[in-house]
Amino acid sequence: MNTPVRHIEAAGFTHVVWIPDSTLGPWEAALSASPNLQLIRPCREGEALGVAAGLMLGGARPLAVLQCTGLFEAGDALRNVVHDLHLPLKLLVGVRGYVAHRKGQSNDNCPAFTEPVLDAWRVPYTLVPPDDDGAFAAAVRDLAAAPDARALLLAE
Amino acid sequence: MNAARGFARPAMTHRDVLTVLAARRADRVVVSTMGSVGLWPALSDTPLDFAYLPSSMGQGVPLGLGLALATGRGVVVLSGDGSLLMNLGCLVTVANHPAPLTVLLFDNGLYEVTGGQAVAGAGRTDFAGLARAAGIARVYAFADLPTWTAGVDEVFAGAGPAFVWLKVEGEYGKKTPTAPRPMAEQITRLRGALLDPSP
Repeated sequence: MNTPVRHIEAAGFTHVVWIPDSTLGPWEAALSASPNLQLIRPCREGEALGVAAGLMLGGARPLAVLQCTGLFEAGDALRNVVHDLHLPLKLLVGVRGYVAHRKGQSNDNCPAFTEPVLDAWRVPYTLVPPDDDGAFAAAVRDLAAAPDARALLLAE
Repeated sequence: MNAARGFARPAMTHRDVLTVLAARRADRVVVSTMGSVGLWPALSDTPLDFAYLPSSMGQGVPLGLGLALATGRGVVVLSGDGSLLMNLGCLVTVANHPAPLTVLLFDNGLYEVTGGQAVAGAGRTDFAGLARAAGIARVYAFADLPTWTAGVDEVFAGAGPAFVWLKVEGEYGKKTPTAPRPMAEQITRLRGALLDPSP
């Protein structure tokens, strides 16, 4: 099985509410095949957070998986779930172009905005480098165990 | 008859529709949003009634879908036309998940709680057509109280998601709704009721 999906399962998540990007997309087969995760495919990221809120109200443990561009779109839904409903929303956000940006090899402005946006919405986060399975596993475990809303940023 | 919409002038009010719903919803969770929050608590205020306020406009249907998927319990979402228009993609999502979710769409053509401004497409949008095109198999439309009263049991009898387009009179000058109790208390009540196996 795809290793990230195995770690998501092991952390105890029950649902993945998912809009893929090119890094997260290859997880699809494993997510679809998982006997322990229900994959939900919304149309837009704000909608994904609404679905996640309902799942949490109903006692499930969803993980919303999306790209940073979708995080930018989902601001009001994020504000509502985290600061009105006070639900422990868990996000896994792919940060497009992060590695190239750090090397000065990309003009993609997504990496410049992702962390400030999460700071603005007062959502704590952990950044995990690409292809570091151990760091990813630990971060997903910590994400699931946190009692409040958190994000895991996956550098792409 | 308004040929563009397939409806005559609305012959029922938002409150009319909700009064019928209150008598027929059985043990379903009812998620109220926006204008419905101002009406529903006077008709039903049990722990299974969740006033989604404060809200993120347009997220009522996704929230109801998540709740139905998590619990397997029947969930009814009361949405306005303005709210649904903010998140039309959710109809496609609903169609693709076999949850016991019923969306009641109150179409008055207005942003009622902000003073009665027209929504985009007021008087022209075929919401039932949108729901069918999204893939929802059970779609209903009602524009008067006798047909809604006669049809509500069929709406609730089927499996999987259902979408109900309800043409209601627009009302002006309504107060901005407030939730009947704080959100934290609502969530505690709802979760307690969902965990309670007694009827």
